[in-house]
Amino acid sequence: MFKIVKREEMAQGTVIMNEIEAPKIAAKAKPGQFVIVKANETGERIPLTISDRNPGKGTITIIYMVVGKSTGLFKTFQAGDAFQDVIGPLGKATHIEKLGNVVCVGGGTGVAVLYPITKGFKEAGNKVIGIIGARNKELLILEDKMRAATDEFQVCTDDGSYGRKGFVTDALKEVLEAGKIDLVVAIGPVPMMKFVSLLTKKYNVKTLVSLNPIMIDGTGMCGGCRVAVGGKTQFACVDGPEFDGHQVDYDGLMKRLRAYEADEKAAYAEHCKCMSGK
Amino acid sequence: MAENTVKKEKVERQPMPEQAANVRRRNFEEVPLGYSKETAMLEASRCLQCKNPACVTGCPVGVNIPGFIKEVAAGNFSEAIKVIWGKNSLPAVCGRVCPQEIQCEGNCIVGKKDKPVAIGNLERFVADMARNSGGVELPAKAAPTGKKVAVVGSGPSGLTVAGDLLLKGHDVTLFEAFHKTGGVLVYGIPEFRLPKAIVASEVEMLEKMGLKIECNMVIGAIVSVDELFADGYDAVYIGVGAGLPKFLNIPGEDLIGIYSANEYLTRANLMKGYLFPNYDTPIIRGKNVVVFGAGNVAMDSARTAMRLGADNVRIVYRRSRDEMPARAAEIHHAEEEGIEFYLLTAPVQFVGDENGRLKQLEALKMELGEPDESDRRRPIPVKGSEFMMDCDLAVVSVGAGPNPLLTQSDAAITLNKWGYISADPETGKTTKKGVWAGGDIVTGSATVILAMGAGRKAADSIHNYLTWGW
Repeated sequence: MFKIVKREEMAQGTVIMNEIEAPKIAAKAKPGQFVIVKANETGERIPLTISDRNPGKGTITIIYMVVGKSTGLFKTFQAGDAFQDVIGPLGKATHIEKLGNVVCVGGGTGVAVLYPITKGFKEAGNKVIGIIGARNKELLILEDKMRAATDEFQVCTDDGSYGRKGFVTDALKEVLEAGKIDLVVAIGPVPMMKFVSLLTKKYNVKTLVSLNPIMIDGTGMCGGCRVAVGGKTQFACVDGPEFDGHQVDYDGLMKRLRAYEADEKAAYAEHCKCMSGK
Repeated sequence: MAENTVKKEKVERQPMPEQAANVRRRNFEEVPLGYSKETAMLEASRCLQCKNPACVTGCPVGVNIPGFIKEVAAGNFSEAIKVIWGKNSLPAVCGRVCPQEIQCEGNCIVGKKDKPVAIGNLERFVADMARNSGGVELPAKAAPTGKKVAVVGSGPSGLTVAGDLLLKGHDVTLFEAFHKTGGVLVYGIPEFRLPKAIVASEVEMLEKMGLKIECNMVIGAIVSVDELFADGYDAVYIGVGAGLPKFLNIPGEDLIGIYSANEYLTRANLMKGYLFPNYDTPIIRGKNVVVFGAGNVAMDSARTAMRLGADNVRIVYRRSRDEMPARAAEIHHAEEEGIEFYLLTAPVQFVGDENGRLKQLEALKMELGEPDESDRRRPIPVKGSEFMMDCDLAVVSVGAGPNPLLTQSDAAITLNKWGYISADPETGKTTKKGVWAGGDIVTGSATVILAMGAGRKAADSIHNYLTWGW
């Protein structure tokens, strides 16, 4: 069992942070890697990228958006409760090196994944420019941590309720125009990563994205997480989760993410009904 | 029939009672129902008790077959299980999934003129009797040696190594990457062929004998092999299986509704997707299902799809019936359940709808040419024979390769050119000191019993190493 030692609600309860006791994973995890989390005996295996780790304390932090039955069930877990299974660290770690100027772009819950990578690039001696975005002010997460981990930082909201009004791509375009950028790391909803990649391609700036397709084992065994990268089939769990943003077939990925949409909706509706005691 | 009764009374091979095909094709209950005591004793009476039993030489783990059958014939079932346990720690599994027809039963002397003794059915009967009777005496263990062994992978070879080394007095810890032990016995082989409660019970028995189990441990990611040694393990056995699915590499293969057999069976079996929504993992339930390949895994996939409510399930295989690698019994069961066989048929491409969901398969007819490097006649496409087939679920079951997750993490473990671990076929020793390997990660996809045989040899070698240093 993997005990939750700390729990916080973010973005008005739509995003949850859990700090979990997992000493062996905490000792090994590197930025960019993920774990698979399963709530209980009947639960589903859900891949979540590790947002932070504390090897001294023996904990890892995951941050997830509540989108369906499984994450809905995770949300009911309070500090002191435990996940039955946490497996990891899985996937390849981000290749962090000193490149010069690095832009880290995050959208929505993707900022949780972006944060340790941003910290890593900063610690490696890069000048790091952070851009994070959300639909509105209430849905922003990790603003302070991202600000602290970057040399320059801006926030965008779609509705202008905080920071600059507009998409992260608008802010990124200005940064790309202003000076030489060596790498862009973009993590967030698939459409965001797609449009960031389209933009950086024009400027010929290398771009890393982190994908989170549907998985079961997370060790390369099932092939459920396959995604076309540069016309070749890759398994996100072992070949990724990070890929060259200019090579990813985002439209194919988006379709595959909807494979179980109907089942998921029905299961979530049933879960919500149970939770409300009806 | 009258003249038969005049001759010396001959006992026919006792058929295994089974669920009727039209019933079982829609449920996940086990297909064979098992022998009664009377049937088992009658069948056991057919054994000639050969002085030089050919059946035993056909068994990869060398079970004393006439020995246990003699006890069954006499009704001494609790003695029979002890005889089996002497060589085989997973009899309830082997009695169900071993290819007896090419092993023990294939060698049976009775089988030269008549049908062979039903050794598999008897082994299954004895194991089930022992399990269901509860209080079984555990096999005697040697005094503790103080040596620690790490077994990586809890499939058939890992369980065999663990069982053998526990009996020899070693302290054994089993590491499993999944959240449940059993490897392919749990994620791959369906409930209707091997009930998961049986696997759990066999593992529980090893736990009673002192086995330590750590699930959720992806060795190579969370702990390296060197770290196992640093943690005080004296020897490491690697039995991680061949868990890298092969795909067809044809257009449209990323459409929704196309699974590797690994994914399809893992969703159904390990994650219990067939019980969705009581279990949370969904599985696509196809109406028109196509399964590619003709091995045992393909039969398991096809029969699972039928049980999940398909209108029709078709096996598409590019060679002919003679080349189908599945056991005859599995093919027979599949046919009885209404699985159709499209032989000499090869897939060309998948066609999807606007949402990226699989809609149709384009296939083409093949004919057999000259023998190829596998000595099987090479299938050649028949020009202009392309045709379309409606299809909303496809399962690709054309084999698996070696999973590199662990093997890539340790450069001292040498691999062959296909990525499998190079290990001595007699001992299982790898090129790294103190590390053994066996099962599919060495041989490529094979059977449960061959993996167990490899485990047995490795366990003997590990024991020698821990005892004598070689």
